[in-house]
Amino acid sequence: MKLITAIIREVQLDKVREALIEAEIKRITVSRVSGHGQQRIEEMYRGQIIIPDLIPKIKIEIAVNDSFVDITVDTILRAARSNGLEGHVGDGKIFITPLEECIRIRTGERGGEAI
Amino acid sequence: MGKKLKRSLVVLLFLFVGIPAIYAADGTHIDTGATAWMLTSTALVLLMIPGLAMFYGGLVRSKNVLGTIMHSFVAMGIISVLWVIVGYSMCFGGNVLGGWFGWDHNYFFLKGIDTNIIDAGVPEYVFSMFQGKFAIITPALIAGAFAERVSFKAYCFFIALWSLLVYNPLCHWVWGSDGFLYNLGAKGAIDFAGGTVVHISAGVSGLVAALFLGSRRGYPYQVIRPNNMVITMLGAGLLWVGWFGFNAGSSVSSGLSTAQALTATQVAAASGALTWILIEGYHQGKATALGFASGILAGLVAVTPAAGVVQPYGAMILGILASGFCYTAIQVKNRLGYDDSLDAFGIHGIGGIVGALFLSFFIRPSWMKAAAAASADGTWSVWNQLGVQALAVGIAITFAAGMTFIIIFLLNKVIRFKSSEDDEMAGLDRAYHGERGYGMLNPS
Repeated sequence: MKLITAIIREVQLDKVREALIEAEIKRITVSRVSGHGQQRIEEMYRGQIIIPDLIPKIKIEIAVNDSFVDITVDTILRAARSNGLEGHVGDGKIFITPLEECIRIRTGERGGEAI
Repeated sequence: MGKKLKRSLVVLLFLFVGIPAIYAADGTHIDTGATAWMLTSTALVLLMIPGLAMFYGGLVRSKNVLGTIMHSFVAMGIISVLWVIVGYSMCFGGNVLGGWFGWDHNYFFLKGIDTNIIDAGVPEYVFSMFQGKFAIITPALIAGAFAERVSFKAYCFFIALWSLLVYNPLCHWVWGSDGFLYNLGAKGAIDFAGGTVVHISAGVSGLVAALFLGSRRGYPYQVIRPNNMVITMLGAGLLWVGWFGFNAGSSVSSGLSTAQALTATQVAAASGALTWILIEGYHQGKATALGFASGILAGLVAVTPAAGVVQPYGAMILGILASGFCYTAIQVKNRLGYDDSLDAFGIHGIGGIVGALFLSFFIRPSWMKAAAAASADGTWSVWNQLGVQALAVGIAITFAAGMTFIIIFLLNKVIRFKSSEDDEMAGLDRAYHGERGYGMLNPS
């Protein structure tokens, strides 16, 4: 089992989510996060262009069985790139970490079955 | 002796200084009581627009909150400017082009009313500004029907054109002293504060626009939840408060008819809200805050045309009927599946129609007597008045629907009305305003 954590642009959230649902990956957790990356975005504040310290991003967390890792990553890669398929600095990152255990609270099931 | 002299000097001073300030050129006297209330009402009606912004703003997803709020705010800019330039003239000038709308060159840029005082004893500036607020809120109401999916630029052009081509003519017909609906039947079609002019026209136009644009991405399969019910409830509260200016101010006086309208307004809002949560509680098992707010609005909308003629029991029944019909309309909408996002038609269109028609049954006897005296054969029944009301409603629906379709159809050829798919996904806030409404609120 793996935990896939993707940090993506806010504006790409709908595209990524729809693409994941199309690929039959429906169990996801989404949260709003902020941080530093390579990207510097400019925002308008009181008519001035400013560069904020922390850039808002979306974090998607998906726990998958090993056989689903590739399709999940490919789907996110395709949907999270801005500017068509070219991509831009700031499109985000995907982290894959090993997942030790997964337990469904309702039944107490463990492992791949519970995902 | 010296004291007396002083006193007469003071009186003389008052005569010279004080009086020119309160008498107009033609000698009409300012009724300070009425003027004070009309100034208050003007401010109260303006308060409804941020109220509407909050009501609508809380109901959309967090990525569209600012864009939706801006739909109301930008109307305060665009329509105010248009109103001063031509709006007031088109609404309250004398008939031109066969009564299609009004025109009075003195009202162009309001340049000729600097010292005017209308018969009610109120400076014409106050009356003009009061009416201008109605012109602002009406197109802003339409925005609820196509929330979360229109281009900001196209919306701005749309409300400008809509105000000129739909609102101003309708307002002239219903409220201009030589408008043809004002003079229909024995004592005119009853539209005290804007049931047809404001709510039916906005609701029907919203429906046409929503059908023309099509639904939002993912509707109705994807659940689209309100981002912040708290500001929606605050907005509904502000609308209720502001409605006292809207209805009680429409008496253009400060007296008995003001009190009658104010009471009817309070009663209808309360009975509408209660009815809604009762129906909802019975039908869905829970009384929602949004349901209560919707009931407030349904009651207020229905009593808008009626506030001047119904007594409290009539207002109470109108509130009940409005919530019943509007609730049903929203259930029907869900079945049919068209995307009137924030139920501009379901509440304002249906509520306005219910109010304009059913008020006929609750008119106070003195009004009916006056109507009978004014009619040709000396009698005037409820059914006569219902006929007049139905005709006025029919004309308002047809005109608003037809004209809105033409405006959107033509405008869409020049500027794409619906947001592009990318803009809609990114949200109106980011796509059109380059801002975000909230800090770290989770996406919804």
